[in-house]
Amino acid sequence: MAPLPYRVTETQEEAPGVVTISISPLGTAIPAHRHGQFNMLTAFGLGESAISLSGSGPEGKLVHTVRDVGPVTSALCGARPGDVVGVRGPFGTGWGVEDGSFLEEGDVVVVAGGIGLAPLRGAISALVARRSAALEARTRSGNVCLVIGAREPQQLIFGDDLARWAAGGARVTVTVDIPDARWRGGVGLVTSHLGAAGFEVEGATALICGPEIMMRFTARGLVDAGVAPERIRVALERNMQCGLAWCGHCQLGPLLVCRDGPVVPYTDVVADLLVQRER
Amino acid sequence: MKAISIGELLSSHPLLSGLPAADIETVAGCARNVIIKPGDMLLAEGQRADSLYLVRYGIVSIEIHSPGVGSIVIDTVGPGGVVGWSWLFPPYRYHFDARAVEVVRAVAFDATCLRDKAETDEQLGHLLYKRVAEVLLERLQMTRVRLLDLYGSKSVR
Repeated sequence: MAPLPYRVTETQEEAPGVVTISISPLGTAIPAHRHGQFNMLTAFGLGESAISLSGSGPEGKLVHTVRDVGPVTSALCGARPGDVVGVRGPFGTGWGVEDGSFLEEGDVVVVAGGIGLAPLRGAISALVARRSAALEARTRSGNVCLVIGAREPQQLIFGDDLARWAAGGARVTVTVDIPDARWRGGVGLVTSHLGAAGFEVEGATALICGPEIMMRFTARGLVDAGVAPERIRVALERNMQCGLAWCGHCQLGPLLVCRDGPVVPYTDVVADLLVQRER
Repeated sequence: MKAISIGELLSSHPLLSGLPAADIETVAGCARNVIIKPGDMLLAEGQRADSLYLVRYGIVSIEIHSPGVGSIVIDTVGPGGVVGWSWLFPPYRYHFDARAVEVVRAVAFDATCLRDKAETDEQLGHLLYKRVAEVLLERLQMTRVRLLDLYGSKSVR
């Protein structure tokens, strides 16, 4: 499965070391994706990296938000409009927001830490739009409650989206570990702010993405609060290489994360895997 | 419109929800409903710890003052949270400042009254201190996790 060439059309620095790149196909486009899926992006001459989709647009446009953590991601973060990258995908499972059933059954609480907001961006936009449409049509809809965490205020990404989602009716709670003098939001871990998120536990669905330790504590906190484990979804991250469940690099217990994940329900198996020690 | 009683407010707060009605009634005698304006202090470092606040609405910042730097926010407490743990043990002095970031509605306990009731009624005291220990444990765990610097440079996400 060879990568398809895409041209970089736009880049935007979201935070230090975090860049959103928009790309459009030079020829054939990859198939349509679901929110939460990922692509393998190639920096030619360096290699491939698994990057979640953070948006899309007309004519095959794809949006990825990349954190500079190694040679490939560094090259992707440094890409300029006109550069060409390779794309394979889309791969894996999504958040499952497309059919709208979550909001019909209750509130949706979305918890994101750091760049973990990127794989959730499209899903949140879809949920906020669906809630607005439901309210306009006077049909039943739960609330969309967001709890967003970051290390420092300047490391928060998608500030415009946060404002747009809040204006669209989402209940947005933002918290940082280390505030600066101008910060007026929350301080502390996302788990400490779940109670202030304002969601009804009955029928609630939770979508969680961030560092795995954060996801563990958040998922446990939600279960303790009464959210059903099968209604909690977490996004796993492992060393994805082939994207096709052939190479086994992303194996986590019985799961091949590139195929069975990255988004998985927080079942007993996944709860155990999140605390599994690697040998 | 019927006014909500202090007892009802206490029953709906996570710290005390599920407590027997008689116990709620007992501790309600030490409580009053308060509204704190944005910027006003709930408590100050070094001050005698004579109050405990159960936050119902709004955000409270927990701060410490550093000479030459000013107030440093180390945590925030929102609806359902508790502010003012120093009432529990001698020397009953607050270790941090607490300030209302926005309008805060809370139930304030007279700490001496609450301690007296918890010590007079051992069963109530046991229940109360158990609840307090649960919240303190959760706060300790969250503080420990924060020390990991989860979103720091080593994190891919």
